[in-house]
Amino acid sequence: MSTIKLTVNGKAVSADVEDRTLLVHLLRENLNLTGTHVGCDTSQCGACVVHIDGKAVKSCTVLAGQAAGSNVTTIEGIAKGDQLHPMQAAFRDNHGLQCGYCTPGMIMSAIDIVHRYGGKLDEATVRHELEGNICRCTGYHNIVKSVLDAAGRMNVSQAAE
Amino acid sequence: MYETTYHRPSSVEEAAALFAKGSEAKYLAGGHTLIPVMKQRLAAPSDVIDLGKIKDLIGVDVSSDAVTIKAATTHSDVAQSGPAQKAIPALAYLASLIGDPAVRHRGTIGGSIANNDPAADYPAAVLALGATVKTNKRTISADDFFKGLFATALADGEIITAVTFPIPAKAGYAKFLHPASRFALTGVFVAKTKAGDVRVAATGASQNGVMRVPAIEAALKANWSAAALDGVNISADGLMSDIHGSSDYRANLIKVMAQRAVTAAG
Repeated sequence: MSTIKLTVNGKAVSADVEDRTLLVHLLRENLNLTGTHVGCDTSQCGACVVHIDGKAVKSCTVLAGQAAGSNVTTIEGIAKGDQLHPMQAAFRDNHGLQCGYCTPGMIMSAIDIVHRYGGKLDEATVRHELEGNICRCTGYHNIVKSVLDAAGRMNVSQAAE
Repeated sequence: MYETTYHRPSSVEEAAALFAKGSEAKYLAGGHTLIPVMKQRLAAPSDVIDLGKIKDLIGVDVSSDAVTIKAATTHSDVAQSGPAQKAIPALAYLASLIGDPAVRHRGTIGGSIANNDPAADYPAAVLALGATVKTNKRTISADDFFKGLFATALADGEIITAVTFPIPAKAGYAKFLHPASRFALTGVFVAKTKAGDVRVAATGASQNGVMRVPAIEAALKANWSAAALDGVNISADGLMSDIHGSSDYRANLIKVMAQRAVTAAG
């Protein structure tokens, strides 16, 4: 057992977990942040994507200990109170989800994509960049539309800040 | 996953000392092979020693004649390194093709070549560019480093600290990727050194992991062009054959990927 201290969604947290605990299980079972999903558990599907120090990673393939001292952001941490993150709003407006299982990972990956590409995103790039996120409803068409829509909104809102 | 003890040393020396103390210790770099294998209970290390936060192991240094990538540098940091892109564009491009974006944020060059997966990308660049692997004990040339399927020259407990790639006159990489795993079904790295030598390495093809391809090297040495490979025949002997592709298919892929790599190299 180890005591893991890290920052999750801006709050300092600490949890006593076995060393073999994965970050995704620390988030879901110790911190009750169940928005982050476990899909394949083999690093393929991306349902478990969170940000560690601003970078999208698959939390099913990170030991909790590796995240100690880091800043972790999950799907629960991106809205500002009642105000959805522009990526969440774009997914809602464009019907970028069907069953919703992959959605938290899609949104966390998509935010990372927009951060890395800024305004230079096109459809082909979004499709290529989302290759680590699988939607078993095959709802990619509206997911891609959502990401492109959000890219515009995020640049506008970043420019306004 | 079986129980284990996690350690986060802050220096290479501390990591090696922890390894020596563990009964069946394993080093952890990006963890994108070791953790999945531990989850499947195919590996059960007593101790997991995390090299990912050791500052001396992170960074890209570019000099006039070489690019040195420290062992715990992630694929995304290599792919996005301006100096690396300028010095050896094919190397940065190769890093940008590994896995997917989230995998590239964690996976490292040291982890990739220490694991020596027969379908991994980096071994092709290390072998074709004639890189030098530095460890906490010695330096090992690429030709002596890879020892077959998942096997390397590394001794028990030895830690890769950096890989130094001489800057070539020309280099290119082309990969036919498996659409689900994104590993190379076959990938070929071609390089022409500043001295005029040609080195070509294929990954994903041989049953023994990454390999040089002498027939293509000879043809390109005589004439550095994709067309020079039209008449080259690659033997299917010793190549992998599985549900994804027969050995004949992979033999043809070696040639086609080599041609694309030469075209990309210019």
